[in-house]
Amino acid sequence: MRGAKSAKWLAGAIVVALAATACSSGEKDDKAAAGDSKRYVSINVGEPQKGIIPSDTNESNGSYIVDAVFAGLLTFDDKGGIEYLNAESVTTEDSKLWTVKLKEGWKFHDGTPVTAKSYVDAWNWSAHVDNVQQNSFWFGDIAGYDDVHPAKEGAKAKADTMSGLKVVDDTTFTIELKEAMPFYQYKIGYSTFAPLPEAFFKDPKAFSEKPIGNGPYEFEKWDHNKVIKVKAYGEYKGANKAKNAGVEYKTYETPEAAYQDLMSGNLDIIDQVGPTDLANYESDLGDRAISQSYAAVQTLTPAFYSKSFKDIDVKVLQGLSMAIDRETITKTVLQGTRTPADGFVAPGAQGKQTLDTDVFKFDAAKAKQLIEDGGGVPGNKIFIQYNTDGGHKEWVTAVCNSITKATGVECEGDAKPDFATDLEARDNDQVKSFYRGGWVGDYPLNGNFIKELYHSQAESNNGHFEDKKLDDAMNKADASKTLEEYVAAYQEVEKELVNHMPSIPLWFYEMNGGHGEEVDNVHVDWHGQYKLFDVTVK
Amino acid sequence: MGHYVARRLLQMIPVFIGSTLLVFLMMYALPGDPVRALAGEKAADPTQIAKLKADLGLDQPILVQYWNYLTGLFQGDFGTQIASRRPVADVIAEAWPVTAQLAIFALVFTAVVGIGMGVIAGLKPNSVQDRVLLFITLLLVSIPSFVLGRLTQTFFAFQLGWVEPNVSLEENWHELLMPAAVLAALSLAYVARLTRTSVVENLRSDYIRTAVAKGLPRRRVVGVHLVRNSMIPVVTYLGADLGTLLAGAVVTEGIFNIHGIGLTVFEALQRREGSTVVGIVSLIVMVYLIASLLVDLLYAVLDPRIRYA
Repeated sequence: MRGAKSAKWLAGAIVVALAATACSSGEKDDKAAAGDSKRYVSINVGEPQKGIIPSDTNESNGSYIVDAVFAGLLTFDDKGGIEYLNAESVTTEDSKLWTVKLKEGWKFHDGTPVTAKSYVDAWNWSAHVDNVQQNSFWFGDIAGYDDVHPAKEGAKAKADTMSGLKVVDDTTFTIELKEAMPFYQYKIGYSTFAPLPEAFFKDPKAFSEKPIGNGPYEFEKWDHNKVIKVKAYGEYKGANKAKNAGVEYKTYETPEAAYQDLMSGNLDIIDQVGPTDLANYESDLGDRAISQSYAAVQTLTPAFYSKSFKDIDVKVLQGLSMAIDRETITKTVLQGTRTPADGFVAPGAQGKQTLDTDVFKFDAAKAKQLIEDGGGVPGNKIFIQYNTDGGHKEWVTAVCNSITKATGVECEGDAKPDFATDLEARDNDQVKSFYRGGWVGDYPLNGNFIKELYHSQAESNNGHFEDKKLDDAMNKADASKTLEEYVAAYQEVEKELVNHMPSIPLWFYEMNGGHGEEVDNVHVDWHGQYKLFDVTVK
Repeated sequence: MGHYVARRLLQMIPVFIGSTLLVFLMMYALPGDPVRALAGEKAADPTQIAKLKADLGLDQPILVQYWNYLTGLFQGDFGTQIASRRPVADVIAEAWPVTAQLAIFALVFTAVVGIGMGVIAGLKPNSVQDRVLLFITLLLVSIPSFVLGRLTQTFFAFQLGWVEPNVSLEENWHELLMPAAVLAALSLAYVARLTRTSVVENLRSDYIRTAVAKGLPRRRVVGVHLVRNSMIPVVTYLGADLGTLLAGAVVTEGIFNIHGIGLTVFEALQRREGSTVVGIVSLIVMVYLIASLLVDLLYAVLDPRIRYA
């Protein structure tokens, strides 16, 4: 029996050890008292992919935090117009040399002043190749960018700063561009162009965990994978001053869990409604439900190098476009979370127009006719490439059914296990016929939805659409003297795109969300993010 | 005894190295480049990709990468996440406690309720209570955990208002009871059935007949002779189940919004965070190994005929 006895002790010891590791979760914070008028507003925004640095943040969770903690030169109103924040004015005479004047008396949250140097240093640092910032290409229009960020793989930077940026005095700096760009002030509205304080350059890594900005909210704490807290900055001088005490960005593992917490009053705002709750959220929430379209589009983009679409007649693509019953699919399969596309430019962008065409309308007979006239699809079969981790399978299947039913062209989804694999196939030119394209506007101008996707030199033109005439028209539009001319020129380009179909626009995104009874004034901006500074607590 | 344990612990080393290598190779074999994916729909700058990969050591041959990982591991370094650049050890340390707590609650719940139900049913085979048990376990086995999770949420949180639907950020232990019960439901059914079968079988064994014949009180016959000897298959199952509970809680964690290991590894897998996946899987492998050692030692406790030398 000796063996059995010592086994008993050993087994007991292991159990105790395992239990001890389980219980060592440490002390916890006290929960903030509910019903407090100074209480924070909570929203389900997940863990940002990376540390918070404006020039390294390119996904929506992180940009919520960047927008709260930092204030750039300007922002956009609901109609795609410009609203100055930190800038007093942004002016130019030739669209090539821009002069930025800052408002006086602005401070970072650590008390240091926001000066022209804060901007110039931040931009130079962000553009530099050695600092590997995800958004560095955004500074590519500034003269001298190629010296700090050479295009060739493996090349070393020739300079530390861009020659195009010059500090004039404490509140003035100039930006010289490589070429004239009439809409450049729109580009600098992107949050990447935020200023950075002195403290950043001492230790960027530590800064990214506890950023110090000049925005409406001061960073408070980051409990990884659980919550980020920011509190209102009392001395903030911008138009988007916080009307609440602060914001809590809570991570939810599923949109359904967030919805449950909204319903039980543990969460104030949700920015996404899960598929299970879509059918009933409007009746559950009444006038507290939110659905609003924003500047983003989903497309089927043909790979013009593929067997299916090499030297294809545009009539075939027009036919395929007309074979998709957008109305029914957005209503049923997508449960009203998208609005059918009627053009290449999404609503919310300046220059959005109604095109005089029927290629976005469902018409089975005409679709069939067009495809026949165009000589049909090689092999009478097409594929739609998509990633299975993004909830796309359902609508891809529906689109395929719609095409096959209307025209007899066989259609199959080409599933990639995740987004990374999907991108790899696009980068390596392995798309079999269509890939699922998506584009959220960087700035609210129609050109952003056209040039960045369909110019032969555009980096995101993975389908390799190429048309010399359209390239010229876009280059000419970019060189317009005024913004009005620019927008009008791109409207012409959009009209012409219908005759080339570089992609088949499917639908525009709609943001579906809602808020609880304790908060009010919940509004959505042009690219589908909540204006959290506006939210008030009842 | 001591020799036996030492031998088992030594055997863990090759198993541990083998399993980490396998997972490492599998992650490497997956298509899709996590560094490229950081740029999303925008085109990626090859210079930046190359530089990021060099910083993270991802430009090395796979076996060199594995060697670096392994040597780092023995110095307590689990590696760095690709996107967030945070130490993987921190990420695991944040997610681990709540999952371990959940798994242990679930295990205790499974053992106490499952064995209890099994004994009650097994003592009177084919009686009403046996039939009821059969029905309940059948129900539990056939309801998927996400249905059960949503059902308990709706019923206890919204209809009765006894609890909050989700586990709060503080992760108080009493909030974990409902998720643990849901997590335990499936294993509970298996444990109950295993116990019942084992009890029914042992009721007919010689030593029970002897015990009854020599006039031992019924409590002692059932409590010591019958139940203890019937526990061998149940303990085997529970040992293996601990690992499953730890790794397989993805669905339950998602429903009750628990920021635990299951969802961390799921997310890491989607983002191709190789070092995070390998780190968590290695930890789970360790738990499996320790649990199976524990089970083997318990055999000797339960059945005096089993000896380890």
